[in-house]
Amino acid sequence: MREEMRPVLLTVNGRSVEVAEGTTVAAAVLISGAPTRRSVSGEARAPLCGMGICFECRVAIDGRPHQRSCQIVCAAGMDVRTL
Amino acid sequence: MSDSWDVVVVGAGIVGAACARECASRGLRTVVVEGSVVGGGATAAGMGHIVVMDDSPAQLALTRYSQDLWAHLAERLPANVEFETCGTLWVALDEEEMEEVRRKRAVYASAGVASEILDSDALEEAEPHLRRPMAGALLVRSDAVIYPPCAAAWLMEEAMRAGAVLSGPRRVVGVGAGRVRLDDRSELRGGRIVVACGAESAELLPEIPVRKRKGHLVITDRYPGLVRHQLVELGYLKSAHSLTADSVAFNVQPRKTGQVLIGSSRQFGDEGAAVRTEIVSAMLERAQFYLPEIGACSAIRTWTGFRAATPDKLPLIGRWPGDETVLLATGHEGLGITTSLATARLIADALTGATSEISTQPYLPARFFGERRVAGFEVDPPQQRSEVHA
Amino acid sequence: MFDHPSAGVVAAEKGNERLELRYGKLILATGARELFLPFPGWTLPGICGAGGLDAMARGGLPVSGKRVVVAGTGPLLLAVAAHVAARGAKVVAICEQAPLRSLIQFAGRMLGQPAKLAQGIRYRWAVRAPMYFGCWPVEARGDGALEKVTLRTRLRRWTVTCDFLACGFHLVPNTELAQLIGCRIEDGLVAVDEMQRTSVENVLCAGEPTGIGGVEMAVIEGQIAGLAAAGALNEAGKFVPRRRKMLGFVRALREAFVLDPELRRLASDATIVCRCEDVVYGDLRRYSGWRDAKLQTRCGMGPCQGRICGAAAEFLFGWCVEGVRPPAFPVLVASLATASTVSEEVQEGS
Ligand SMILES: Cc1cc2nc3c(=O)[nH]c(=O)nc-3n(C[C@H](O)[C@H](O)[C@H](O)COP(=O)(O)OP(=O)(O)OC[C@H]3O[C@@H](n4cnc5c(N)ncnc54)[C@H](O)[C@@H]3O)c2cc1C
Ligand SMILES: Cc1cc2nc3c(=O)[nH]c(=O)nc-3n(C[C@H](O)[C@H](O)[C@H](O)COP(=O)(O)OP(=O)(O)OC[C@H]3O[C@@H](n4cnc5c(N)ncnc54)[C@H](O)[C@@H]3O)c2cc1C
Ligand code: FES
Repeated sequence: MREEMRPVLLTVNGRSVEVAEGTTVAAAVLISGAPTRRSVSGEARAPLCGMGICFECRVAIDGRPHQRSCQIVCAAGMDVRTL
Repeated sequence: MSDSWDVVVVGAGIVGAACARECASRGLRTVVVEGSVVGGGATAAGMGHIVVMDDSPAQLALTRYSQDLWAHLAERLPANVEFETCGTLWVALDEEEMEEVRRKRAVYASAGVASEILDSDALEEAEPHLRRPMAGALLVRSDAVIYPPCAAAWLMEEAMRAGAVLSGPRRVVGVGAGRVRLDDRSELRGGRIVVACGAESAELLPEIPVRKRKGHLVITDRYPGLVRHQLVELGYLKSAHSLTADSVAFNVQPRKTGQVLIGSSRQFGDEGAAVRTEIVSAMLERAQFYLPEIGACSAIRTWTGFRAATPDKLPLIGRWPGDETVLLATGHEGLGITTSLATARLIADALTGATSEISTQPYLPARFFGERRVAGFEVDPPQQRSEVHA
Repeated sequence: MFDHPSAGVVAAEKGNERLELRYGKLILATGARELFLPFPGWTLPGICGAGGLDAMARGGLPVSGKRVVVAGTGPLLLAVAAHVAARGAKVVAICEQAPLRSLIQFAGRMLGQPAKLAQGIRYRWAVRAPMYFGCWPVEARGDGALEKVTLRTRLRRWTVTCDFLACGFHLVPNTELAQLIGCRIEDGLVAVDEMQRTSVENVLCAGEPTGIGGVEMAVIEGQIAGLAAAGALNEAGKFVPRRRKMLGFVRALREAFVLDPELRRLASDATIVCRCEDVVYGDLRRYSGWRDAKLQTRCGMGPCQGRICGAAAEFLFGWCVEGVRPPAFPVLVASLATASTVSEEVQEGS
């Protein structure tokens, strides 16, 4: 995937993040410096498989929890919250 | 292993494990034979709702007695049993169902079970995600939820601490005359044999009137706070359940993990474990009707299990007249998690000659013995109040 | 796709919509996932799959200037190292668990596949990082995210600092859908005949679920399956010899990258095995099998449905992980709630 120069603006935990078009939400979350979720015992977690299998990259997008961020491309204005 | 025991318990589901614990703690030399893993049968499939039910006075007496026993045990249960007194809300859609709420409250009160009537607003506050408007609900605060497989394992560990022995995986192929025959052709001798094989009990003793009644469940990912009490519909009043037909009802449960467990269905005549798409679908449509937001939740697993159903919806607890060495602890239908502890008390009382705290009469297997119908039973049991429970 | 409610119908979810697709022929091409083996610290952010990091980088994760350790096993490691290096990452080490001896043998067998061999050499050339054999990570540390990885070979242990550890122990075929449909599985693979037909009528399977053989093999199988499904059996037959020839590569892959039994000792009692439910190794090893362990510890009960920990448990404990049911993948409750096949009887009952 070639990186386009057109930036997409979204928020991660309320903070604005600017990413290249085509960037996955998982990458945007990592760029923002946040882990994607807290595990059942409270550990910080980040994407593992990058291909929709492991569910470590789950975040809430526009209020809907448990979205696999590695499978979703950033859209302008998305409100992403780590879990 | 000693080859002669006071008691041989066949089956280590929650009922067998509870019986073993009670027997061992009363000093009986007890062995449990399990064909698979502890708590891996219906116990691994059940919802784990510890609930007082009032289909009949006998059912009320047994469930109430057993719920008390659970409440007393609660603080000793390990964390993985996930015991939580979340209470039950019997939800009423309309005025007709509110009548049932009031009737139920009176019946519970007569048995000393406290309950409260919630009006529409109070219900909305208690469960903000339920469909609106609802007429109200009956809140039974003392009902609880557990995770049954770990409860069975803990009961079994307790039994072993009291001296019981677990033997398995070994299947029992025959019981009678103080002997238990195993699939490896060996034999165990016991003064008494307790058959606690759940829905498979009739495979050992074909004359027992126990039939398999299949149920489906669905569990979601974690959505803490979406549901706070076990929610059960009272809609069976109008849906004119024919007991020959498959039926579904709204029955959802908050797990301690934050997951939502969605039930429930009942089917006779389907003895395969496969998940049936049309049943799951009908069940979830019902759930969405009552709890519209559940549709947007992620469902991570579905499964099925078999209840051991009897013709009169009461369990078979006590001596089996067909053989003086055999006792039955089966036929608990959709309430075996709840009534396991009471069942164990009644069985141990019978074995030790102790007087039971409640009348044992309604549960004695003898009630079916000698009747023409013992080899099986018609699908239509006598009139019953509630088909909605898990 | 998450269900196969009846012959000739599959149920799928697209966005938030349920789709019901009727088919004359169904070709399963569900691919493979990486095998992840637990070791102390492996759940730290910054540790991901080898293919995982590659996919993340392609998805826009900047790796430029980042220190990356690539570890695990299989030809994928070199490819991933080359890909992330091309994006500006500084690959500090490539750790292949298989011994050098196996790799030399593997290269020898690849002489018959010059293109593949050349690709491997090109990849190796593109990355100037040291490559170690018989080497794997034994511990990762960091405060909230990965900082250091301790690596071992038979002769030594040492610690490197890095931003990413890309670690995958080769591939596990995704056979869940095939299992759900009832296709016969042999040795963990979907059993197919020469025309890629499974044991279930009208259902074919191609690619990694029938054997881990890389992209070329998958393409050939896809061609056979496509032609066979279209009824062009003669045409399909022309690809069969090429597929047969590739089987040598499949075998060579399997033999060269067989996992060192020492890897079973990587996890300590406190190491998490099931990442969805945070179940540790010490709690699992008391059980006799997958079902018992699952019921008692919740291992494999999370949303990944045991795809990660189940494969690890098969290797660690020799357990047999079974029990695929619809939905083969988590889907919305609403998607399960609308089946067009609801029978009259059920509707009345509800
Ligand atoms: C969908 C569903 C929901 C339910 N929800 C609830 C609920 O919310 N609350 C509630 O109270 N109850 C509920 N139940 C009912 C409850 O699950 C059962 O009544 C209870 O688990 C029965 O326990 P058991 O020990 O008798 O049977 P099981 O758990 O089935 O145990 C029987 C054991 O015997 C073993 N066995 C059988 N035959 C042999 C043999 N020949 N040799 C050796 N071993 C043998 C089996 O391997 C098994 O482990 C539900 C049931 C279902 C299906
Ligand atoms: C990250 C990675 C990098 C690789 N790099 C190389 C390389 O450089 N060279 C090489 O030779 N091999 C490489 N391989 C291996 C190579 O990609 C595979 O051999 C080849 O892609 C196999 O093709 P496939 O069609 O079987 O599976 P895949 O290409 O994995 O395709 C499977 C597809 O099925 C879909 N799918 C899975 N389950 C479902 C479902 N339930 N419903 C709907 N769709 C579903 C997936 O989303 C995916 O799109 C790599 C593998 C991976 C995982
Ligand atoms: S990173 Fe594994 S599912 Fe997204």
